[in-house]
Amino acid sequence: MAEFVDGYLLPGLWIVGKILLFAVPIMIGMAYLTYAERRIIGAMQMRKGPNVVGPFGLLQPFADAIKLMFKETVVPTGSSPVVFFLAPMITFTLALLAWAVIPVDSGWVISNLNVGVLYLFAISSLGVYGIVMAGWASNSRYAFLGAMRSAAQMVSYEVSIGLVMISVLLTAGSLNLTELVEAQKGLWYFLPHFPMFILFFISVLAETNRHPFDLPEAESELVAGFMTEYSSMSFALFFLGEYMNMIMMSGMVSILFLGGWLGPQDMLPGLSVLTPVLAWVPGIVWFVLKICFCLFVFIWVRATFPRYRYDQLMRLGWKVFLPFSLIWLVLTAGFLVYFDKLPQ
Amino acid sequence: MIIATLAFYLFAIVAVISALNVILQRNPVHSVLWLILTFFNAAGLFVLLGAEFVAMILVVVYVGAVAVLFLFVVMMLDINITLIREGFLKYFWAGAIIGIVLLVELAVVFGGWAMSPEAESLRIAPAPAPDALSNTEALGTLLYTHYAYLFQAAGLVLLVAMVGAIVLTLRRRPNVRKQKIANQVNRSVADTLEVVKVETGKGVS
Repeated sequence: MAEFVDGYLLPGLWIVGKILLFAVPIMIGMAYLTYAERRIIGAMQMRKGPNVVGPFGLLQPFADAIKLMFKETVVPTGSSPVVFFLAPMITFTLALLAWAVIPVDSGWVISNLNVGVLYLFAISSLGVYGIVMAGWASNSRYAFLGAMRSAAQMVSYEVSIGLVMISVLLTAGSLNLTELVEAQKGLWYFLPHFPMFILFFISVLAETNRHPFDLPEAESELVAGFMTEYSSMSFALFFLGEYMNMIMMSGMVSILFLGGWLGPQDMLPGLSVLTPVLAWVPGIVWFVLKICFCLFVFIWVRATFPRYRYDQLMRLGWKVFLPFSLIWLVLTAGFLVYFDKLPQ
Repeated sequence: MIIATLAFYLFAIVAVISALNVILQRNPVHSVLWLILTFFNAAGLFVLLGAEFVAMILVVVYVGAVAVLFLFVVMMLDINITLIREGFLKYFWAGAIIGIVLLVELAVVFGGWAMSPEAESLRIAPAPAPDALSNTEALGTLLYTHYAYLFQAAGLVLLVAMVGAIVLTLRRRPNVRKQKIANQVNRSVADTLEVVKVETGKGVS
């Protein structure tokens, strides 16, 4: 009995506790991301945004959640009910699943996987299933067209995301996310890989179906794309899944390019006065700040750029990003071999 | 250890059930979805074997790319199930005979399988002990150091297949208006704009 408690029960409870420690702040962050997006875009367009529910409108996300919960769930006739309800669940689950390997501070990670980067890539490439299944199961033309667009778009941009990741991995010499961040001590990778940093961020916008690549739910042509037939909580799961994906992808950008939980003190030797102050700040604060920065850029882009046309989107993915990231990969490998800088 | 055994049986049972469902489902889209579940459980089995790299690549390549294309194609087909079932009995016997012949052939091949000692000695033993290296490194050394030329040859075969597929499906359609980015970028102000002083009552021709 004691063996069972010490060997299985306590570690199992500890894992569940760690999962809750990750999942609850992410959920709250996601709720306030929807609020932040509306307020920021409001400010950019010289409007007020939601400011009525609670002080400064801070209770707006909860009001929205309650409203959605009390709506009726409508299932379209001729739809495939199991797949129809499975789709939003898959989208939501996948967005949470990725956090299993993301380290928020040195050692603060649920599973320190040896192939963490591949795991992240695998999970983010599965996101397309939620959308495709939703589009097919809805038995509606708008939803189907949105799903088709989305499948092609996500598969195209995954290619360049994968190639950029390989360039970064070559420089770090590890597939483990913790080691990847440790390797950036002194020089965050967004400086040596600056073109790839920009390219990766744009690909991430396309991968999360955000503006200016939100063709799967282009409201002026497709009503709401793959979400047309969804209502109530099943719609909410899609909506929240999109925002959780944004947070997850921002975490990925910060780990691959912005030095994860590392503070800027190693990067700025000139600021030696500030070093003790900066070193005192815990790593998780830096990580959250970096994620917030990326999320702000997500929202900023949405308020600034018009939507791409579909053929332009495909052209950008296949004819610009793919060759460029391939050439950069060869350049990186050549540079590392020539200057004998390959990590061991 | 108990957890690993339980996990093995979970993955194995779900894999077998979902593989059966791939061929038993009437709706082809459901078949593809079951196939994806099968891939997932195979990846789980790889993780239990300690081959996490292969497991992740299986998910990235098969689930993330190949199955998406399957789904893409199958969803767009308008398959009428009653039409498919019409000729079922007519072709059943031909199919059954082909199946039996294949089964017998497989049995004969595997029954008489033997490796000659020369071929056995040609195989490179996994040079450093697999325990000393991580998965990724072991695979990398094997593929890119010991079998580099074979790897390149495989890549060339795939390239030929890709070029072939593009040549077969590409058709040039005349009279289609396309956006030419180079022309747009090369346009200068002088080509497109002209500032004219218009005299009152004369107009511009």
